[in-house]
Amino acid sequence: MAATFPSATRGAGPAGTEGVHEFTAAGGDWDEISAEAERLGDERIVINMGPQHPSTHGVLRIVLEIEGETVTEARAGIGFLHTGIEKNMEYRTWTQGVTFCTRMDYVAPLFQEAGYCLAVEKLLGITDDLPERATLIRVLMMELNRISSHIVAIGTGGNELGATTMMTIAFREREEILRIFEAITGLRMNHAYIRPGGVAQDLAPGTTQMIRDAIPKIRDGIGELEKLTLANPIFIGRQKGVGILPLAGAMALGTAGPMLRSAGVPFDLRRAQPYCGYETYDFDVITDTGADAYARVVVRFKEMRESLKIVQQVLDRLEAQDRKGKQPVMVADKKIAWPAQLSVGSDGQGNSLDHIRQIMGTSMEALIHHFKLVTEGFRVPAGQVYQQIEHPKGILGVHLVSDGGTRPYRVHFRDPSFNNLQSLSILCEGGTIADVVISVASIDPVLGGVDR
Amino acid sequence: MSGTTGAGDEPVMDPALEAQEAGSQHLVQPPRGTAPLDIIDVRKGMFGVDGSGDTSGFGGLERTIALPGPTERPYGGYFDEVADILAEVLGEAGVAYDDAVEKVVVFRDEMTLYIAREHLPVVARSLRDDQDLRFELCLGVSGVHYPADAGRELHAVYPLFSVTHNRTIRLEVAVADADPHIPSLVDIYPANNWHERETWDFFGIVFDGHPSLSRIEMPDDWPGHPQRKDYPLGGIPVEYKGATVPAPDERRAYN
Repeated sequence: MAATFPSATRGAGPAGTEGVHEFTAAGGDWDEISAEAERLGDERIVINMGPQHPSTHGVLRIVLEIEGETVTEARAGIGFLHTGIEKNMEYRTWTQGVTFCTRMDYVAPLFQEAGYCLAVEKLLGITDDLPERATLIRVLMMELNRISSHIVAIGTGGNELGATTMMTIAFREREEILRIFEAITGLRMNHAYIRPGGVAQDLAPGTTQMIRDAIPKIRDGIGELEKLTLANPIFIGRQKGVGILPLAGAMALGTAGPMLRSAGVPFDLRRAQPYCGYETYDFDVITDTGADAYARVVVRFKEMRESLKIVQQVLDRLEAQDRKGKQPVMVADKKIAWPAQLSVGSDGQGNSLDHIRQIMGTSMEALIHHFKLVTEGFRVPAGQVYQQIEHPKGILGVHLVSDGGTRPYRVHFRDPSFNNLQSLSILCEGGTIADVVISVASIDPVLGGVDR
Repeated sequence: MSGTTGAGDEPVMDPALEAQEAGSQHLVQPPRGTAPLDIIDVRKGMFGVDGSGDTSGFGGLERTIALPGPTERPYGGYFDEVADILAEVLGEAGVAYDDAVEKVVVFRDEMTLYIAREHLPVVARSLRDDQDLRFELCLGVSGVHYPADAGRELHAVYPLFSVTHNRTIRLEVAVADADPHIPSLVDIYPANNWHERETWDFFGIVFDGHPSLSRIEMPDDWPGHPQRKDYPLGGIPVEYKGATVPAPDERRAYN
């Protein structure tokens, strides 16, 4: 039993930590720890940051070897949020898989949904049969989600610096976007809205106008945050020249997205290998040459404005479609599209009464078909595909293998945060402990996606 | 094989196709020009079988699981060019193309090169370094477990991306469960470091030469490799009026 707490105890670990002194900090006891450390006079100090730490951006553990204030080695430890989503998806139908993958990177859920559904559609061979309106809605959702993901990246990064105002502004603007999501999907996150074959339901009347009304607010919010940060001497002092990842390092570590673009490569999958009709939209691929944390913030700000540009164009097209009458949002193939027609009931959303009346009252076959499709699901031809899309954080890759059954044989998500977090050591080593926080925030990892 | 016979001929039945015809469903029929199929499993069950005449499902139905088989040239698009240049570059490195590349599958406009594991590093290095190939990015490695594919139970899939030429291909390496060793690509694609750790963690594939092959998602002392097909999903025993809800992988399934 230790007499006084805190005090140095003998490390009990296996060889390697034998005889090493361990400190457990409980807060408010730094004076005693430093006095004890001074008395012991150890040369090499390894500190553990996280996984429960307010500035590690989630349950990320960082093991730091320090010399004074300087970090000499940094290693990331992950896995604290591993929930076996990929394994679980092997036990659900292809449609149910969306409900799982949306929970991976919960800050950008619609990208996992879209990537997964595009992969399933490629495997089914129905990519070209998708109704245009479904694709338009997907682009609309993805670009709004890109804004909300980027603004959270900047805001939480600011919060970790102690700039709480940056966080509150960011979350206020994100709320505008979540309100749009709620109006469209019924949920603020975990939408399961994009489904193999299209989207779950059409936009409610008046949605496009609602988004048009929200855009100036969002734009002003982004502008406010921009003014508060980009010319702020403290912000510049903390961010410029910190967490540098030059082009060669970014390519070697496969870090695409804002991290690669901040090093000067105009690489964006929406341009390079367009999907969902991105080749028909007018937008710029933003680059910077700073390759540091500040450059990544600048790139994210500019990308949000580009996303707003795309949102405007989608709205124009959606409204042009509205004038032509009701358009389908699901493929015509009744063997894939769920028959359920949703409507707003007294308890929120549910199956439409007309549909229930039809399957319960008039058509036994429709009832059987509905039941089979929802419980058993549809079959997908055997084979494997890989779908890559431009996630706010980099390349999201979806590897799907089907054995011809009603459930995926294997689903693997190449989450951009998982890959990008490998660059942590390069970003942190040689800097100070305070810069570790900024480097992590500039990677913008979401541990739900990293650990899956 | 129907892939090599002329148009109009009735293709000579090979065992794979015969098994296909005998007890299985139309979904896994090979598209014209590709054969034979790559059979990975034969399953028995009550669901998912077509064309046998038994609608009751009690006849002990059999279903053959087959993935798309090798594709004959021309592969289409830039795939032929990639294969040609790769053959040339490998030849310069003293490796015969046919030794390194077991087969090529083109499915849904995506090219998969099946690589013999001992030649994986030289193939990857050639694909990365040659100026006409330049696959700078390896998007990680994804494992797949085919327990019934004897001698080739564990597959590792490497998606490659060329930013220079804007091209995508895929490498696949199959190894036996009894000898699950694949050379590591970390010295060629440093980004694969964590991805290989993840594949070791989930599938138990040992990447020889990896600087520190340790578990990454599961706890360090975890027994077993959870993404393998013989690893149960688990589940919480929930009792309801004396009945128990089985784990999801023990419930009745349709495939």
